[in-house]
Amino acid sequence: MTDTGTITSLKKTALQLRRNLLEMLGVGKVGHLGGSSSLAEIVAALYFHKMKVNRNNPKDENRDRFLLSKGHAVLIQYAALAELGYFPKSEFAKVKSLAGTLQGHPDMKIPGIEAVTGSLGQGLSIGVGMALALRLDKKPNRVYVIMGDGELSEGQLWEAAMAAWKFKVDNLTGIVDCNKLQATGPTSEIFEIPDIEKKWKAFGWNVIKINGHKMEEIVAALDAAGKVRGVPTVIIANTVKGKGFSFAEGKAAFHNGSLTEEQFRQAQADFDAAALAIEKEAAKSAVKKPAVKKAAEKKPAAKKPALKKAAEKKPIKKPVAKKTAVKKPSPKKTAAKKRG
Amino acid sequence: MSINLNTKSLREAYGLALVELGKKDKNVVALEADLGNSTRSVLFRAEFPDRHFEMGIAEQNMASTSAGLALAGKIPFMSTFAVFASGRAFDQLRNSICIPKLKVRVCGSSAGLSDFGDGKTHQSVEDIAIMRALPNMTVLAPVDAVEVVKMMERINEIDGPVYIRINRNDLPTLTPEAGDWTPGKLWTVREGSDAVVFASGVMASKALEAAQVLSGEGISVRVINASTIKPMNASAVIQAASGVKGIVTAEESNISGGFGSAILEVLRAERHGPVEFVGIQDCFGVSAKNYDELLERYGLTAYAIAQAVRKVVKAAGGVAGA
Repeated sequence: MTDTGTITSLKKTALQLRRNLLEMLGVGKVGHLGGSSSLAEIVAALYFHKMKVNRNNPKDENRDRFLLSKGHAVLIQYAALAELGYFPKSEFAKVKSLAGTLQGHPDMKIPGIEAVTGSLGQGLSIGVGMALALRLDKKPNRVYVIMGDGELSEGQLWEAAMAAWKFKVDNLTGIVDCNKLQATGPTSEIFEIPDIEKKWKAFGWNVIKINGHKMEEIVAALDAAGKVRGVPTVIIANTVKGKGFSFAEGKAAFHNGSLTEEQFRQAQADFDAAALAIEKEAAKSAVKKPAVKKAAEKKPAAKKPALKKAAEKKPIKKPVAKKTAVKKPSPKKTAAKKRG
Repeated sequence: MSINLNTKSLREAYGLALVELGKKDKNVVALEADLGNSTRSVLFRAEFPDRHFEMGIAEQNMASTSAGLALAGKIPFMSTFAVFASGRAFDQLRNSICIPKLKVRVCGSSAGLSDFGDGKTHQSVEDIAIMRALPNMTVLAPVDAVEVVKMMERINEIDGPVYIRINRNDLPTLTPEAGDWTPGKLWTVREGSDAVVFASGVMASKALEAAQVLSGEGISVRVINASTIKPMNASAVIQAASGVKGIVTAEESNISGGFGSAILEVLRAERHGPVEFVGIQDCFGVSAKNYDELLERYGLTAYAIAQAVRKVVKAAGGVAGA
């Protein structure tokens, strides 16, 4: 289990990403608020904890790859990339304008952007290609592909899901941001896709379901995904569109909307309140800390460093029996079980 | 040439040349969408099974997967029929590959009408126009098997994505064994002074045939093979079109946005004589028993080229003594 200090710090980072997002949105400018803010925790966990990134070199050969298949949410990626120092925050004010470099969708001229995405349904295919190349080169790096739940209606995505299984790309983790709203309304009304979990399972993937705003669950799921061999893993993250912006949560209008001055101030107030809540929670868990520590000590296998070493030592293995790999109901169980 | 070529088949030449590239560079990988026997990428699979990816009947995924491979340092050659490469996977070529200018090589096999039996769904009349419209894309249309090999030997020099249009049938060899192919190079198949025929792919040999017939009528025809359709070598085209009375373009594709359009785009600001396009007149294909029968049906013949030349020369005032 990841220590509470790290979790608290990641929660703060996620909040900072939302603050950066707000800065980019500004007042009266149209931007993809909803699907960006639903990803704040996941993006924070990836860039500031899970992924190998080099703050001094966005193109470091030994980096993990982040692909935002739902490219319209790129503002939250910019929020993270600027936080890593890949470009100055002064770019935020110039987003989507001729004066700046930050485009409306991911463009490879921007440091840290790994592919051109935004025409939906293509990111997973690109991820499969990267994963295959990394494997050919015997590199240990992983590829992370973030998709939207609305995006799941793109047929190409399922072509990629089949290919990922066929080629056993276990160095790829898919993440579906299930925020349940798409451009023109609720996903359940626009184009309902029932049994998302069953569908991925039927395509041969290892499936982990989480609350996409609970940092502990995100981190545990990402850890668990990294240990599965022989099949790709998808994390289905239950999220709230517009999360953190009290007036925008669960509202399709903020898929690509603009803020009034009042809403801008409200968001700032929301974030200040959220910061306080994080501090409070951290203080509470600090009191409980000894108990958590004891529990962790009892199960040395669940300790992160030990597991990480074991995973690193293992060369990429040909499939463990597929069925066993797929039968992984929850991230917690997986983390506790060491795979042989 | 690195290969001792005993075939007039362009696709066989492509497969053999791909294997050679694979031997030279371990980063060369090949992707296929269940048409490897036709495109001849199976030759690469036999040699390098770990670097060959059978993607199934899923061209869109194949294109974006190629993008991912290229982004991680590989040089992917994705092969399928031209009609699927240009149509089915267009958005993927556009967004995943052409915008970031990735070094992906797209083999549009069985191009034009060359898949004569399969009919209109499998015959690509519009692939040149589609590929030409994509910024950053290089478009190549080899004239024979020898040129395929020469192109493949130099293809690595081309930055960004490349579309290579491969005919399904054996074609007569025009390309001389000696000499290198370079991107953008135009070469003169036959010298002449009254008219010029710019020809692409299968139409080059038809143009040569027409020139031979016309020489008996006292009309001297220059035949130019322009196998790099994009970027078109503007100065070479302008030079080749200078000093003649009329211009004819000949292509095995829709004249709307095709090879002839590419030539005329270059010549638009130049003084030039009358122009005729020989090509498919804005319609789809049809099934036929053999390739020649189909070319005849669509007016893609030496006779049609000769008629077009007669027409432009006449419009320009005729040839002295003819």
